[in-house]
Amino acid sequence: MSSIKIRTKRMDGKTQIRMLIAHPMEHGRNRDKKTNALVPAHFIQQLTVEHNKNVIIAGNTGANISKDPYFAFMLKGGNAGDKLTISWVDNLGNQDSQDHIIN
Amino acid sequence: MSKTDNRRAFIKKSVAFGSYSIIAGGGLLASPDANAEWLAETTSTDILQQALKRLFKDQKIIESDKISIQIPKTAENGSSVPITVSSSLNNVESIAILVEKNPIPLAAKFEFSQDLEPFVSARLKIAESSAVAVIVETNEGFFTASEKVIVTPDGCEI
Repeated sequence: MSSIKIRTKRMDGKTQIRMLIAHPMEHGRNRDKKTNALVPAHFIQQLTVEHNKNVIIAGNTGANISKDPYFAFMLKGGNAGDKLTISWVDNLGNQDSQDHIIN
Repeated sequence: MSKTDNRRAFIKKSVAFGSYSIIAGGGLLASPDANAEWLAETTSTDILQQALKRLFKDQKIIESDKISIQIPKTAENGSSVPITVSSSLNNVESIAILVEKNPIPLAAKFEFSQDLEPFVSARLKIAESSAVAVIVETNEGFFTASEKVIVTPDGCEI
């Protein structure tokens, strides 16, 4: 199952894009409660949103973003049937992407 | 003087110069003044300014009232503080969010195409009470606004 959940809502000529990504977003300063060892940093570094294959958002994110990040953006226009693609890459090289059709 | 003599003289000189520079270098390392300067540079409390310098080089950043930041004034849980940034500036190219007191201030920077409204919501981790600064880049330069957040540990307000 994809780690990205996408919701869109069209409202007076704009489209709200909301996303929820399942990711630990560890900043590398937390300690494991049992072993007291540092938990290695593990966070999303790049977030890309494409609208009909055009990149509309190129984001760099750091570990100051909360666990299981939530982002919302507002697209000018946007029609039913338009395709959104959201993808992320983290500092360990993991990545995921998810398509969404605006309804 | 023959060619080889010349060469020897040169080598002698260069060796002498080399050892001199090593001594000089050692002196510099040991000098307390240089050490103090280094300490001031690396342990400066103004981490935000350094982060801004790294991110935006020496660009001029102007305070603007056309950026609105919606963030709770007090947060009970610093691990997830909702923030919404919007702006009435024209031709916004990017929005960056920084948390001043966090060890690494930059939280996120989003580059926007012209198809997007200058609007972003996210959730931040804020380690301690701190200012949250937003830097908006437009084709006319950089603009900033900031908002203070008080983080109350254990969820009890004093």
